[in-house]
Amino acid sequence: MTEMTFADAVREGLAEEMRRDPLVWALGEDLSTAHGGTSANQYTGLIDEFGPKRIVNTPISENTIMGAAVGAAVAGTRPVADLRMADFGMCAVDELVNQAAKIRYMFGGQARVPLVVRQAIGVRKGAAAQHSQSTEAWYVHTPGLVVVAPGTPADGRGLLKSAIRADDPVVFMEHKDLWVATGDVPDDEGVVPIGVAKTVRTGNDLTLVSWSKMARLCEEVAETLAGDGVSVEVIDLRSLWPWDTAAVYASVRKTGRLLVAQEAVQTGGFAAEVATDVTEHCFDALKTHVRRIGAPRMPVPYAEPMENEYRVTPERILARARETLAA
Amino acid sequence: MSKITEPVRTNEPARVFELFKTMCLIRAFEERAEDAFDAGFVNGSIHQYIGEEAIGTGVCANLRDSDYILSNHRGHGHSIAKGANPEAMMKELMGRVGGTSGAKGGSMHIADFSVGMLGANGVLADGLTMGVGAAQAISLKGEDAIVTVFVGDGTTNRGPFYEALNWAMVYALPIMFVCENNSYASSTMTRSVTAGEGPVARAKAFGMPAFDVDGNDVSAVDTLAADLIGRIRGGGGPQFLHARTYRVKGHISRDKMLYRAEGETEEHWKDEPIGRCAAWLATNGIAEDEVNAARDAAYARIDAAVAEAKEAPFPDASLAYADVQDYGPPEPWAQDGSQDGPQDGSQSGSTS
Repeated sequence: MTEMTFADAVREGLAEEMRRDPLVWALGEDLSTAHGGTSANQYTGLIDEFGPKRIVNTPISENTIMGAAVGAAVAGTRPVADLRMADFGMCAVDELVNQAAKIRYMFGGQARVPLVVRQAIGVRKGAAAQHSQSTEAWYVHTPGLVVVAPGTPADGRGLLKSAIRADDPVVFMEHKDLWVATGDVPDDEGVVPIGVAKTVRTGNDLTLVSWSKMARLCEEVAETLAGDGVSVEVIDLRSLWPWDTAAVYASVRKTGRLLVAQEAVQTGGFAAEVATDVTEHCFDALKTHVRRIGAPRMPVPYAEPMENEYRVTPERILARARETLAA
Repeated sequence: MSKITEPVRTNEPARVFELFKTMCLIRAFEERAEDAFDAGFVNGSIHQYIGEEAIGTGVCANLRDSDYILSNHRGHGHSIAKGANPEAMMKELMGRVGGTSGAKGGSMHIADFSVGMLGANGVLADGLTMGVGAAQAISLKGEDAIVTVFVGDGTTNRGPFYEALNWAMVYALPIMFVCENNSYASSTMTRSVTAGEGPVARAKAFGMPAFDVDGNDVSAVDTLAADLIGRIRGGGGPQFLHARTYRVKGHISRDKMLYRAEGETEEHWKDEPIGRCAAWLATNGIAEDEVNAARDAAYARIDAAVAEAKEAPFPDASLAYADVQDYGPPEPWAQDGSQDGPQDGSQSGSTS
């Protein structure tokens, strides 16, 4: 194991895949400048090793970053398109949803679209309404796409590898706050399979399901509740489509109580899908109705007191968890 | 569709006669497709290429199977010219087993990857952005191939058109953009919603070599395409071919064209490319009965394709679940074995 940041781990994962397969390449804005990915150095140094044909520094042209990735994928390569933030990803929803997600299907299986599109999610302090959104549910809703949202450096590296090797288009959503978070990363290949959750803490009284940065907050909440003598099982889904129903069902059948926590706006979010699905499949095992927690249905505000009002904090998750436990 | 892969100079009667045959095949396909639509055999609408056949024909005659084209909603002609099978295309229109896209796409989503036809498209301008990506793949793999993207005049008002032209120049990609200017963007006269001097000027603004041609003169298109494609194969970078034509049909076949002036269509019909080409052949040594026989053969082939398609079965409804994606559990309604991927969400090897 080696301790490293999420950004470094994912960069290593990309470099390892590019060494393994000469058809893997990356494109996006600012990839080959001194800091290689202005947000968190996710591409620093890669241009030196792989050159400008495989680390392609693009104009600010989201339609074409995404569209070119689709065209290059159907033409036999494995592009990793970086749209920097999920908010900018909206500029390329057409190419992702109308093209990447549908080409295999609407052409009767003649082509695959093996691409990865990186879109960072989550509230970044002071970034306000257009640099802080979590849009994972949009893409889970779109047939043809795979959606992953890793929450640790090891999962970031391992899921990027699986995403690159997949023949489906994969939306890879990394939380901006996680880029600088550190964690142990295995020294071996460390591939993390798509669609497999990780039970990061076992317990018997409550199942807490989450993903991305929220899964880390859920671990804090579980620790707090342990002090009260409550045993909480925390599941980090890691993949949202497909998601690991088997792991969640098994846990709920053990604990009888489920709270799903997400950072995105609660209404119409992925937690609603998990809650409904578990209710449909595990109703007999539930001691109380499934609960969820997400952000209020409003744009992300700027000033700190309002920004904090928007956030799904450990305190808020804790309160909802206690409510679930008491019911 | 006869393939002429060497960029021979045109105005050689035998070559022009081959182009004529391809144009006739496209025309016959489009006319019979409309008949089939009117008779209720086509589940969706069709966008016909009638009167524009010379462009796709003249361009694709200079392409190889290993070259890629990306088309748009009006893609039947491009597909046939690139070598797609009209019999399979007719089945696709009628939603039958054996259709080019397995009856999953219909008229607007015809593709034949076996001949480098990477797809018609229901969203305008997306062929441009995907086209530059395909060209980047060619460049990365070091292949000897080029990409051609067909767009209409209306598409030159979408943002991705500019992104893609800029991108193609920045990376000096092996790509040709063919703008088929048929004057109409759906039911709107394009010039009534377009500023500036038009597509050629817009392409030149990016430093891209851009040329204008009479798009109803198949020899002229062939000659210019041969020249531009030769430049691209020689490492000359992106080229822009602007072909003037006219959409004699409606936006879709059932469009009554109430937005047109009286006599406008009839006036333009006098200039349609197949009649012009036939007249040229008649004065350049191809006997009239040979020309008529070629035209009749095209219609006979398409008539047979229509009959074959009508006889073909519809796909089983359970095939709707195939080819969605590798990952993910079966849909609740899916019948056994009809959906990709095992329940546990791990990757499935068995698809389609």
